[in-house]
Amino acid sequence: MQLPPALHSRLVGAPGAAKPLPVERDPAAGTPPFHFAARRVRFPRDHEFFEDGDVQRHLYLQDVLTQVTGTPERPRVPEFTCQVAGCCQVFDTLESYEHHYHTLHRNVCSFCRRAFPSVHLLDTHILEWHDSLFQILSERQDMYQCLVEGCAEKFKTSKDRKDHLVRRHLYPADFRFDKPKKSRGPATPGATVQVSSEALGDDGEQSGGDAMEVCSEHAAPLPEAVGERWTYSHRIPSTICFGQGVSRGFKSTKKRKEHQ
Amino acid sequence: MWSGRQSRLKPVGCVVEELRCRRREREAALRKARREQQLISKRLLRDDVLVEAEGGCVAMILGEAEIQQFLQLAQRGTEEKERERALVSLRRGLQHPETQRTFIWLEGSMRTLVGLLTSNQALLQLEAARCLHELSHSEQSAVAEACLPATSYLLTYLSGHSSDFIELCLYTLGNLIVESEAVRRQLLPQGIVPALAACIQSPHLTVLEALGYALSQLLQAKEAPEMIVPSVLGSTLPQNILRLLQPGPKLNLGVAVEFAWCLHYIICSQVNNALLISHGGLSTLGMLLLDVAGAVQRTEDAGLELLACPVLRCLSNLLTEAAVEVMGGPNQLEDERVVVALFILLQFFLQKQPSLLPEGLWLLNNLTANSPCFCTSLLSMDLIEPLLQLLPVSNVVSVLVLTVLCNVAEKGPAYCQHLWPGPLLPCLMGTLASSDTEVVGQSLELLQLLFLYRPEAVEAFLQQSGLQVLEKHQEEAQLQERVHALQQTALHR
Repeated sequence: MQLPPALHSRLVGAPGAAKPLPVERDPAAGTPPFHFAARRVRFPRDHEFFEDGDVQRHLYLQDVLTQVTGTPERPRVPEFTCQVAGCCQVFDTLESYEHHYHTLHRNVCSFCRRAFPSVHLLDTHILEWHDSLFQILSERQDMYQCLVEGCAEKFKTSKDRKDHLVRRHLYPADFRFDKPKKSRGPATPGATVQVSSEALGDDGEQSGGDAMEVCSEHAAPLPEAVGERWTYSHRIPSTICFGQGVSRGFKSTKKRKEHQ
Repeated sequence: MWSGRQSRLKPVGCVVEELRCRRREREAALRKARREQQLISKRLLRDDVLVEAEGGCVAMILGEAEIQQFLQLAQRGTEEKERERALVSLRRGLQHPETQRTFIWLEGSMRTLVGLLTSNQALLQLEAARCLHELSHSEQSAVAEACLPATSYLLTYLSGHSSDFIELCLYTLGNLIVESEAVRRQLLPQGIVPALAACIQSPHLTVLEALGYALSQLLQAKEAPEMIVPSVLGSTLPQNILRLLQPGPKLNLGVAVEFAWCLHYIICSQVNNALLISHGGLSTLGMLLLDVAGAVQRTEDAGLELLACPVLRCLSNLLTEAAVEVMGGPNQLEDERVVVALFILLQFFLQKQPSLLPEGLWLLNNLTANSPCFCTSLLSMDLIEPLLQLLPVSNVVSVLVLTVLCNVAEKGPAYCQHLWPGPLLPCLMGTLASSDTEVVGQSLELLQLLFLYRPEAVEAFLQQSGLQVLEKHQEEAQLQERVHALQQTALHR
């Protein structure tokens, strides 16, 4: 297909439109037995017109799998230690350090040293656990915010919030971080590195082999309503907990430390 | 420009033929799947360089006892390296479908894995996520559905900070999403749309590409037009998608491909395209088209058609929206460089991917149908002849080319003056002789317009034995009336 040579330079030229030639239609055009009418056409998603392009798209998605894909081999660096005070984890790639840092040191509550997966959860935690004003207000109004981003619902108690999360947002009843998901058997003997337990405030006081945290203010098990979909064979934390348990405290409202 | 997803293994000799053969098979399978509306493809992240270098997946089949052993070691081992290694071994095993099946049927296995996923040990967490990723990639629905307990955690991690980890979570989610409606029915109330909307602010290209992939899988779902597209349009995703498609030095091809496909699925669902237009979608896509054409001119990079295709589709479908009909309004696409870009792409398709020619010509139709401007551009930039050169490609292409020519011709004598004399009539003699009814039919339509607005062409038509060519079709049911009418016109000049 031979394109006029001037075309290529036109592409990088200034925007513009041609002055249109005058349009002058004859009423006889496109009349029976003829039927042509200039019109724009649209195709819905499943139209067979799209078959070839769709197939190419999926071959591409599959190709990304059959080739050697993903991250290039991580360059190894001389071993180095995490610089956060009290942490002596050792690394030999920058990427594993990055992940360690973000998991353990990035969103850390400066009051109770718990680490959280996100800023959002950390902020919620600080508000609900270390803000005395929150406690006062929550007696009079619904203060417990739904954890799902975009959901504006607030609740009187953390239990109510949990129920909402389970029913409305299909969260698992035992939604939590930082605990092995086994309800029986001896508790894991903390982290192998001394420092991690500090960062997460592991007091080692587990009440029984259960994943019951000290943090729950309603220590009673969830009452099993008649016709409840789930029957619980073990105590369910009545709060949804994200982080290892430490008793609530009303420390002074210091600003949390920013780990940059 | 690509985010590093190139093959490091160069196939040699007969392996090339084998690869081609397998590709043809895969293509046939995909076509069949699409017709049955079962088009599913998943992405797999694997950075086990050593394993692949040995020329194949050395996935071991693990039995129940071995799986249990690895899980226990991972969970309760005393030495961190030991725990990590246990998970690595598990992950290797999970590359095999047999192991996957055994794993999901083993009681408590998923629970343990989720526990490790949410543990405070960063490297264990990463390995657990990789195991989950392997499972998500399975072609067995039961395996993917067994991963449901993990989804709320995966979503929570999207607002974390570790880009590698987020990328992994996104690909895992994308794989799960495409697998079954049950998964999507859970993910939507769990807040996947707001989670993705927050995550799209990430500056990391790898995260963005993964996000685009996951979102495209979500939008491709059968129930998307009713259940998913509305909430996506109601979020901040559309503006951010358009932002990421802005041409310029920061445009990343891998990222752009994914989000262009997202946009295509949104637009062809016909939910609220006016919203996209109000966010400047037309002009962004138009500029992007120029950018792609420019890239094609410079490099003819393999893979540019992967971006060109969805961009063409988006533009074409958006042009049919009522909001665009208002002439001279702010939502018009009037820059003739769009036509230039399109022709450069048509040439590129002809060489690299002829199956995309119909889609390109479809856009050309939508650009020219109601636009005297663009029709004039075709004439003033001498694009009629290149257009005619596409006629021999296929019947489908012929019909589309002829339709575009009709768009030009129907605008009247000023336009037809530039169509004849010229190469058009001889080409028309060729298409009139076609055995395909649609090709002939469209040729007859064009001929009527030409005779009407350029009567001088009739004489030339007769001299080129036009009547004899017409005669061939006078028995054809769908053509005879028009043939007859044209014969009359020609004879009464």
